Amino acid sequence: MSKRFNQLAQKLIAKRRSKWALPAMILVALFAVGSTFSLASAFTNDANNTNLSTSSLIATGKNLFLQGCSSCHGINAEGSGIAPALIGVGGAAVDFQVGTGRMPMADMSQQAQRKAPVYNPAQIAAMAAYIQNLAPGPDVVTDGSLSWERDGNTANGGTLFRTNCAMCHNFAAQGGALTQGKWAPSLMAEKPGQIYEAMITGPQSMPKFNDQTLTPQEKLDIIKWIKSVQNEKQSGGTSLGRVGPVTEGLLAWVLGIGLVVGIAVWLTSKSR
Amino acid sequence: MKKSEKAAGSVANFVDERTGAAAWAKKNLTKVFPDHWSFMLGEVALYSFIILLLSGTFLTFWFNPSQNDVVYKGAYQPLSGISMSEAYASTLHISFDIRGGLLMRQIHHWAALIFVAAIIAHLLRVFFTGAFRKPRELNWIIGVGLLTFAIVEGFLGYSLPDDLLSGTGIRIAEAIIQAIPVVGTYIAFFVFGGPFPGAVFIPRIYIVHVLLLPGLFLALITVHLMLVWYQKHTQYPGPGRTNKNVVGYPLMPVYMAKAGGFFFVVFGITSLLGALASINPIWLYGPYTPGQISAGSQPDWYMGWLDGLVRMAPNIETHAFGHTISWNILAPGVIIPGILFTGMALYPFIESWLLNDKLEHHLLDRPRNNPNRTALGAMSLAFILVALINGGNDLIATHFKSSINDIMWFSRIGILVIPPITFVITKRICLALQRKDREIVLHGRESGRLVMMPHGEFVEVHTPLDKYDTYKLASHPQPKALEIPTHDESGVRVKRPLVNKLRNRLSRAATEQVAAPSGDELHELEHH
Amino acid sequence: MSENLESDKELSGKIPDPGIHPHVLRAADVDPKAEKRAEKKVAILFALSGLGTLLFIWGFVGFTNNNSVVFLPILGEVQTSQLILGCGLGIALLMIGLAAVQWARQLMPDNEVIAQRHEFRSSDEARADFVSTVKERAGSVQLGRRKLIKRSIGFSLGLIGIVPILSLRDLGPLPRKQLEETDWSKGIRLMTDPGKQPIKPEDLEVGSVVQVMPELSGDASLEQVAKDPVLLIRLRPADFNLNAERLSWTYNGIIAFSKICSHMGCAVALYEQQTHHLLCPCHQSTFDVTRAAKVIFGPAARPLPQLPITVDSDGFLVAASGFLEPVGPSFWERNSNKKI
Repeated sequence: MSKRFNQLAQKLIAKRRSKWALPAMILVALFAVGSTFSLASAFTNDANNTNLSTSSLIATGKNLFLQGCSSCHGINAEGSGIAPALIGVGGAAVDFQVGTGRMPMADMSQQAQRKAPVYNPAQIAAMAAYIQNLAPGPDVVTDGSLSWERDGNTANGGTLFRTNCAMCHNFAAQGGALTQGKWAPSLMAEKPGQIYEAMITGPQSMPKFNDQTLTPQEKLDIIKWIKSVQNEKQSGGTSLGRVGPVTEGLLAWVLGIGLVVGIAVWLTSKSR
Repeated sequence: MKKSEKAAGSVANFVDERTGAAAWAKKNLTKVFPDHWSFMLGEVALYSFIILLLSGTFLTFWFNPSQNDVVYKGAYQPLSGISMSEAYASTLHISFDIRGGLLMRQIHHWAALIFVAAIIAHLLRVFFTGAFRKPRELNWIIGVGLLTFAIVEGFLGYSLPDDLLSGTGIRIAEAIIQAIPVVGTYIAFFVFGGPFPGAVFIPRIYIVHVLLLPGLFLALITVHLMLVWYQKHTQYPGPGRTNKNVVGYPLMPVYMAKAGGFFFVVFGITSLLGALASINPIWLYGPYTPGQISAGSQPDWYMGWLDGLVRMAPNIETHAFGHTISWNILAPGVIIPGILFTGMALYPFIESWLLNDKLEHHLLDRPRNNPNRTALGAMSLAFILVALINGGNDLIATHFKSSINDIMWFSRIGILVIPPITFVITKRICLALQRKDREIVLHGRESGRLVMMPHGEFVEVHTPLDKYDTYKLASHPQPKALEIPTHDESGVRVKRPLVNKLRNRLSRAATEQVAAPSGDELHELEHH
Repeated sequence: MSENLESDKELSGKIPDPGIHPHVLRAADVDPKAEKRAEKKVAILFALSGLGTLLFIWGFVGFTNNNSVVFLPILGEVQTSQLILGCGLGIALLMIGLAAVQWARQLMPDNEVIAQRHEFRSSDEARADFVSTVKERAGSVQLGRRKLIKRSIGFSLGLIGIVPILSLRDLGPLPRKQLEETDWSKGIRLMTDPGKQPIKPEDLEVGSVVQVMPELSGDASLEQVAKDPVLLIRLRPADFNLNAERLSWTYNGIIAFSKICSHMGCAVALYEQQTHHLLCPCHQSTFDVTRAAKVIFGPAARPLPQLPITVDSDGFLVAASGFLEPVGPSFWERNSNKKI
């Protein structure tokens, strides 16, 4: 991780685009020294209580934004022909898109895909703070701030999921096809905070489910159901992908008919 | 005489004095069955049916075919407190509260998939080898009927648990019924007892699924097997096999042991599938309500081709005189399947009419020796396969990173283009294989051994075939094309000239093949 | 035999039939040791089947709850009792089968037997005999002479055929106008589903979507859920490409469509917020929300019916009228030229 920091710092020095570059570089270096993933996430969880002021966090975020995002989203996040404006999308959108590795995009020709995040949690928090500061929007939702385990209702979440989510994400949250090569992703790896953020920000093709149409309590129910299906044991043997009858039919022909025919060949062959 | 023999003797005596069965039983216990793996496919279907009866009976002890609402309070926590139909709740009960219940459910469903798959595999074997020809046309028609009922039976069974996936399937079935012109709306209201979904559909299809159709199956299977028994099994051509005999193993003991053992094999494999691979996990689908849906809603595979046809249908409806005709539903859902199944049922008669073939056929064709029929079968298969692929287009799109729109267009064009191409290619492959057979019979097999001739040329030594293989490869019939003249002997024009012309033309296509080497050719070669 | 079977021979060329392959003895036929080995193999397979049944019994008695899981490679975490029961049963059955087959293949006589076929056609005398018998028996009934009986039989049998058809009449009610009616009408509030809360326009953000049902006195029946669900979508008003009438059916960028597919009645709900396309997961009909759910792809032939909406005096969204066309799949009596 620190290696990546150093590379970033070098980049910042080399380009030195703005007056914020030097302090930002120092900040980045500070994070790099002795910061571990757990520490960093602790930092994101509790951004306001650190000794770093909010304004410097925003400044860091702005720098990171200028370096990594502005070429598509515009110098002032005003958007461009290839990427939407980010004014008013809120920190939640940044935390979701960058935190799940969807942004920055690897391949513009495709839908943004989940991958290993390019930025670390501290950087993501800084960028989220910057975007949130541009114009208020839904703010970052951390895993720890959600009481889904205590307050969520799995069964009700299942009903809500089947009404609002399963048509795209499939009955067992395995994902599904949309038009023209787009797709709704599998939710098997999604963390509670990310699920919440996705619902309130509506990333990519996904519509928004704000707190008036899907109450915070209902969102906790949905999260609890998704967590339950993520840990669903395989009651009847291997799950075959949980995508319905297509894989079952394939297995019936390949393994079912295949094995039976194999034995029939042996059964009718001449013994020596 | 041993004690056990004595006991058996007295039982046999008791039965025979009341039925006179001894002579009949003796004759049938020595009945001869030819041995080939492809003759076992029908048995797989039969055994799957027995497995379905056994596992299905188990399930009926707990399944409650009712659409009354209950609140679930069973062992599966993620659905606890949800309102659902008793049918769904009792299926959950079988899956999670009855020991071995889930296993039986899975065995039942796997057996159902294998049942239809085996019927189709059996049908393909019968088709490609020409086993449907006289005198077996009736059995072919019964077979087509069994396939049709099996598909319906499977669909009804898949619908019974009243889960979100199967409910969606019923919704689509209802739309197909509703699309039938003039009477469709009425039939739909009668079947569902009012507007969809109603509260009577599950109880009604339950009795059809567990009594009516199984009874029909039993009757048709009995007739099917009695005809096989009475007409004796067909056999592949080969040395010693003629149209007038049947070569194989006697029922007692060899065939009894093999066929009986094979039942246990099929049951065992189905059980292992039921143990190791999850099928129809209804607890994940959730209870049915018409306002919900899941991505990738598909039917079981034997309905998948129909769903694929419906998906690719052009969106045409006729709105005229205050009425609506949905061609986008009728064409793929009623008309095309109707044509396919009617054509399939009539095929034996079409083929015999084309060749004016009134003979009994007990020797099978090797598929290559009837290139036209084989190509026709491959063509139909290609049609169904393209439709089937389109039935899973959404899953193909997500798993192979493509677009449903592209797959749909591929299927729309492919369903018109791929079958004819398949016909041409298959026919050519058959002719090439015949040519190769002819080559081998006349010149022997390539031995891979090179020999230098006195003048320095290298030639490969060909080992001649033995008389058995020669006969196997060269004994197939060479039917002649029809040549119905346009005028009869007295110069009067024959009736229906166009039909005759068509018949001549089609029978020429149907008889096109590479001439089998004759005895004379072989004889000539041997004396070189 | 008859010519039916005979003439086929002519077609089969002149290569002589050498007859069936000579019988080759198996190892077990000539070598007592091999025979013993084969016997042992069969016995072992039967014994393994017994072990399978024991496994089944253990699985049945030993695991009374469904909660224990076991991790297996490839399969993942699977439920233990299901696994043991199934494998036990599978092994028990499979081994019996394999043992029987092995027994037949290696130890039972494997001489090929030739049986002769018989022709199915009856002899000409038998046929003639049959025809004359039928004629004689049928003639003795003298149906042709007894015109009165002949006609009354036709009458009674024809009439009784009505009974099974008529008695099925009460399977269901007549459709009447039921397919054209929904519970929506002027002033009915839009309630979130599930949740049953009335909605104000400002509750919906641009890009959000919510499923609503009409405000009903009790819980919705499944028949109501099969026709009433409506999808409420908010766009930027500038995104709309509607005629004046359809635009007047929207409210501040909020547009409402029946969720029941106009093709086969599935719930159309895959709303792509960026492209404003609605996709049906059943058959992939795609509707363009900005153009009043015009069909842009797939088998559906008609747009989704649009529900005119407005707000009531309390500021909640309500239906401005009922649907003006029937929702759901087409049917014969559906009149596209008439507004309901």
